[in-house]
Order: sequence, then C-alpha cells, then structure tokens
Amino acid sequence: MTKRRIVGLEGSFAIAEAVRMANVDVISAYPITPQTHIVERLAEMIADGELDAEFICVESEHSAMSACVGASAAGARVFTCSASQGLELMHEVLYIPSSMRLPIVAVAANRALSAPLSVWCDHSDVMAIRDIGWIQIFAENNQQAFDLTVCAYRIAEDKEVLFPAMVHMDGFYLSHVTEGVMLPDEEEVAQFIPDYEYPFVLDPDNPVSMGCYGPPFIYPEAKKAQEVDFEKTKPKIQEVWNEFGDTFGRSYSPVEEYQMEDASIALLTMGSSGETAMLAADEMRAEGREVGLVRLRLWRPFPFKEFREAVKDVELLVVLDRALSFGMGGPVCSEVKSALYEKRKELNIVGFIGGLGGRDIPIDGFKYMVNRAVERVKAAEWGEEMGPEMIGVRE
Amino acid sequence: MGKEKIGWKELEIGCVVTEPGSAASYKTGEWRSERPVRDNTKCIKCGICYIYCPDACIREDEEGYFEADLYYCKGCGVCAHECPRGVITMVEEEEEAKEEKEK
Amino acid sequence: MAQEQEEKLFLPRFITTDENFAPGHRACIGCGEALAVRHVCKALGNNVIIVNATGCIEIFSSLLPLTSWRVPWIHTLFENVGAVVSGIESAYKARIRKGKIEDRGVVFVGFAGDGGTSDIGLQALSGAMERGHNFLYCCFDNEAYMNTGIQRSSSTPYGAWTTTAPVGKKSIVGQMTWKKNMPEIAVAHRIPYVATASPSFPFDLMDKVKRGMEIEGPAYLHIFSVCPTGWRCPPEITVEIGRLVVETGIFPLYEVINGEYHLSVDFPELKPVREYLKKQGRFRHLTEKDIERIQARVEEEYQRLKEKVGGK
Repeated sequence: MTKRRIVGLEGSFAIAEAVRMANVDVISAYPITPQTHIVERLAEMIADGELDAEFICVESEHSAMSACVGASAAGARVFTCSASQGLELMHEVLYIPSSMRLPIVAVAANRALSAPLSVWCDHSDVMAIRDIGWIQIFAENNQQAFDLTVCAYRIAEDKEVLFPAMVHMDGFYLSHVTEGVMLPDEEEVAQFIPDYEYPFVLDPDNPVSMGCYGPPFIYPEAKKAQEVDFEKTKPKIQEVWNEFGDTFGRSYSPVEEYQMEDASIALLTMGSSGETAMLAADEMRAEGREVGLVRLRLWRPFPFKEFREAVKDVELLVVLDRALSFGMGGPVCSEVKSALYEKRKELNIVGFIGGLGGRDIPIDGFKYMVNRAVERVKAAEWGEEMGPEMIGVRE
Repeated sequence: MGKEKIGWKELEIGCVVTEPGSAASYKTGEWRSERPVRDNTKCIKCGICYIYCPDACIREDEEGYFEADLYYCKGCGVCAHECPRGVITMVEEEEEAKEEKEK
Repeated sequence: MAQEQEEKLFLPRFITTDENFAPGHRACIGCGEALAVRHVCKALGNNVIIVNATGCIEIFSSLLPLTSWRVPWIHTLFENVGAVVSGIESAYKARIRKGKIEDRGVVFVGFAGDGGTSDIGLQALSGAMERGHNFLYCCFDNEAYMNTGIQRSSSTPYGAWTTTAPVGKKSIVGQMTWKKNMPEIAVAHRIPYVATASPSFPFDLMDKVKRGMEIEGPAYLHIFSVCPTGWRCPPEITVEIGRLVVETGIFPLYEVINGEYHLSVDFPELKPVREYLKKQGRFRHLTEKDIERIQARVEEEYQRLKEKVGGK
C-alpha cells in the first residue's frame, strides 16, 4: 500500500502520474514537443503494466482530439495533451466535446505560436482557444498541475457538469522543470474520482444519435442551453476543489489572492509567473509598498464574482499578458477590463505584455510593471495613443 | 412534435436525440410530383421495386404484392424504371391527388 | 452472361425487412447514396455503432430534433471519421478488458463521402487503417461535394462538369484530372479487406458489408453512389446508372481479400462508356475525342485490374 509521498517530478511526469491514478481507459496523442514527456511517460506506464489503457498513437493533433471524442462518447475516461501548433491544429475539434458535452480531460503545456517557430512558453495558444467552451484551469507549479488534473476528472465527469476540462501548465517552466510533488495514495485518488457512467453512451442496446444537424430554428436554443449549463459549473468547480482540500490538504479557488488584505496596487497573473510575482510582491511589501497579487486560476468560465471581490479595494490593477492580440493589446487585460466595466469605473487598469516566446520575466520585471503603471496613471498616459507596453524588449 | 416550438430547456444534453428513427414521423411524400400506380395483374412479386427504393417506402402486403407508402414516397420513379414487368407507371400527382388528398 | 449474373444477384426477398435507416430522411429524390446507405444498414444489423462524416448523409438523416438512425450514430466533423472510429473501438477494447462492459461483438463502422474520404479525411483514415483498428469504413462516392453545391473532389471523374470545374469557353472539359483511385490507396495499407460495390447490385453490396464486418482488422468498402441532382440525370435512372458504370468497366466490382484480387462481376465484353456518359448532363459537353480518351483509359485500367486478378 502506497502512502502519501513527496517525489521529485517534472511537470509532465506529474501530469502522467495524475492520469495514471485516474485510471483512464483511452489515451490518444500526437507527439509534438514539449509535452511529449507526458505521453512518453504514459506509454511507458502502459508498457510496464502500471496503467491499463489503450494508447492510440494518432497521426495528428486533430485526430488526437477526434479519437478522444469517439472514446468519450463510447463511455471511456480519456486523456490527451498538446500545445502550441498542435493545439491550434486541434482547434476545430475542441468545440465538439464542449457542445456535445463529453467530459474529456486534456492538458496544454502553454507555448508560443509560429512564426518564427518557438517551442517556448507563452499563452498565445491558450488565448486562441478561449472561446471553445472548455473549463480552463491554470496551474502555477507542478503540485498544482497534478492536483488540478485529478480535480479536472472529478469536475468534468460530474453529472451536473459534463463539460471537457483543460489544465494549463506553462511549457518548459513547469513541463520540463523538476519540483517536489506530494503524491497522494492511489486509493485515495480512486475514491476521489470514482468510475462514472456517461448518460448517453454509444451502445447498440440503447441507440442514440449524437452530433445531429442544427438548422436556424434550433441552433440558438442549443447554444443557450450550453451557455447556461456552462455558467452553472462554477459552484461545482469550487465544491470539488474544496473537497479536494478536505481530503488532500491543498485547496484551490477560481481567483487566488496573495498579500491582498490592504493592497492598493494589485498585480494580476496567470500560470507560473505567479510565483515570481509573489516574490516581487514580498520585496515591494518590504519596501513599504501596498502591493498584492491576484492569480486567475479559473480562466473559463470566467469567475466574474470572485474577481470583482478580489479587486474591490484596489486602486490600481497591473495586468500581465503572456500573449498578444494584434491590434488589440493583451487579451487578459481586455477581458479583465470588461469584467469590471460599470462595477469599478474608478479603478485604474494598466496592461503589460511580457514573457513572449519563453522570454523570462524576473522579479524586477514585475517591479518595473508596478512602477511604470503608477507613472502612467499619474501622467494620465493613456487614451487612444497609448497601447499596452511590451516589457523586456530591446529597442 | 412541434419542432419550431422547442425551447432550450427541452433539449437533451448535447442535443442528443434519444428516440431512434424518429425521422419516420416526417412526411417526405409532400415532395412528390408523380406517384407510382401499380397494375398488380402483371406483378411477379419479385421485390425488385422494394429493394431499389431509396426511401424505404415500399412494403409487402399480405398477398405478397408490394405497395409504396405515399407518406414517404418522393416519386423518384426508380421502382417504375426498374420493374421487369412494367407493373408500375408514374402518374402526375395533380390528376390523382385531386380526389384523395391523403392525411 | 451478364444478365444471368444480375439475376443471381437480385434476391430481394431474402433480405431483412428491417430498416435501420428509417424513412423520412431528406435525401434528394432518387438519391443513390440514400439507397446505398439503406442497403449497408440492412447488412449491418443492430449490433453496430456508426460514425458519420459531415456531408449529404449526415445532413439528410439528422436534422434536429429528428433522426433517421435506429442504431447508435455519431457525427462530429468532416475529416475525422477514421480517428473517431479509432477512439470508439479503443474505448470498447479497454472497457471490455477492464471488465467494465461485456464483449458483445459490436461492429464499428465509418461513413463518409468521397470528399470526406479521398480529400479532407484521407489522413485520419490512413492513420486508422495503418494502426489496424477493427472497423469497417464505407465511402459513399458520389464523385463531388454534392451537399455544398456540386464542387469537384479528387474523386470526380475526368470530363465531368462541376461548379468548381465548370465548362467554359476556354476550359471545355470540366474536370481535367483522372479520378483518384481510393480503393488502391486502401489496398496499399495492406489491410485485410478492400472492396468496391454499387447499390444497383444490392446482394453483392450486402455480402461485402458482411465480409467487411466479419474480418478482423480494417475493412474498406468503396460504394458508387449515383447523384441525380449533381450529375444532371433524371432520378428514375439512378439504379440504371449504377449498373451501367459497372457494365462499362468504369467502376468494376471487385474485392481484395488479404491482398488477393477477385472480380465480383466479370463481363466478356464491356459496354462502351458512351452509353454511361450520354445519360448524364455532367458529361454533355464531351466531344467524341474526349469520349475516346475516356474509353481508352477505362480499358487500360480494367486490363490492369484483370491482370491483378489473374496474377495472384
């Protein structure tokens, strides 16, 4: 009998452990870097008899997700992972499980998009798929990558949810970096995510038609039902995270605060840069600045209520985007602004774009953003001429 | 089922359709401009009309003759064209339909 | 001899009266593809799961809130039937092995048109065949993208008019390329079963479906599906066209079982291709020279096929 133990694992291996403990039936993946370690490790586990699953080594990411769709519709618990170009190739298929309500769990090791070719981290691939109707959750470290993947199965398969879920961990920063991960007892995980029965499985004894054609007289109704149900997943997500906390001692929230009690300035991050931002907040606190940090854990469905609550006393919000929406600025910043529209008109929000294509953002980078934001607010340096600033870019 | 009236709350999760073959309630016979008329005195009951019907609307009766179900028959004329004995003739719908506008 | 063969194949009374593809579907009048689907479903029986590509079949059979399918059926996208079938087959395999469900010998079947097979879906299908999943794939070939308005595919025959290979003042042929030989591409995967069929030969078609179901591993069935709407021919000659295409040698019926070729119907003498072409508006513009060119090509291909039959 295994007990809880701390093991040094790179993010990819932590994910593979979660998938193994989830006892998935089908894994379908295409080996694009850098997430290959996940499927390589899973393939190894299957070869060694540590995991009893079918491994479909497909010929593209498009087929990877398509095979997951088929397997999930046939009642299997499935897994796939991808990133970057692969996630983009998968894009068309991603809408299928969210509309057909198949509880697929996937992991994306967030990476930049070509061109130029980059295999390094940023959130361009994530932002390109923010409208797919999946539950999207951000991990900050390898422990979270493990925990949130386990939770993702429990959330996705809940009868009141039945939406696919994607766990985002930053490519390389987490996927290829070894950290200590507390692995729970396998039995505990099995109890936390028990076998489930999909209500409309493809079965000759009970024939159903899935993925029918929707002309204008019914398409809007289909989308309305999907949106209403998607919104309803929020309390369930929190419930699962709370229960995970009760069982395993680590709980999560859609929006997580750090040093926010009396903060007048807040940084906002998603993913691994949150850990650097925490150090920056600590240092600035030591300098007497009232700086806190807000980390978006849940990206979709967007946690409007929790987010508004987190920044309700803040005067300046400094948003870091690791992606660029050309001609628009940072996608997270624009969403955050829209989330606060009418609620907090007096709040200043300044967006920065950084960390593109694997460029590091050091502690000083966050300090720079805070200082620069204060300057810009003072000088009222915005309006039509003032776009978001890209930090750490050479002239 | 008044399909135009279906509200979003009435849809099954993921728009799954749970009633197998429910399309059989849909009347395709309205598309027809010609209908098959049979002279069963020539019929050898071979069933060729039955097997070649793209709309699965031809059924065998108790006597072993085959009859098109006009609820579905779109009037393609394949049965008439393929019948080896010339049992079936296609007749303009207006002429026939005047007297018996079915259902 | 041809006539004899035909009669032997026509045994409608022995066929099940079950219609797992229910009437009330919205296929065009005289649709050869709907007829083919009907035949395939009769042979498949109830213990199947069908994966359908986007295309005519999906549209005319599944308009919400109704369905024509009396067996489990799933449609997701245009180009991924091979992958979705792979997933379903793998799910069953894993769940049976893990004792979650019983093994009841469910058959996994993919349906797609010629575009969904030989163009956009080729990669996913090739992957599924290469990996050796146990499934039957049926390509319903109506020789163009009919659902979207008769655009050419790689399966459109040489000389055919389509909306994207039109006949104009300068380009007078229509489709300028020869039809992609999809069954041979399937054969090249060394899968255990490949066959061609036409619903004008329904018994032959159903036999092939059954063989494809029984054989362990991937099976590929290429089914000629007449489209009166897109081919510009009257609906009542759907079955006649599907017969002529075989009798002229343009679309020979054959099987390749574990690499061995068998002709399903042979003719001592092929009918001239003209008889087939002249019945369809899509070939109306062809000159005598064009027709001769097609005739020569058909004879050459037919000869090549017969050599393969003899060679094994």
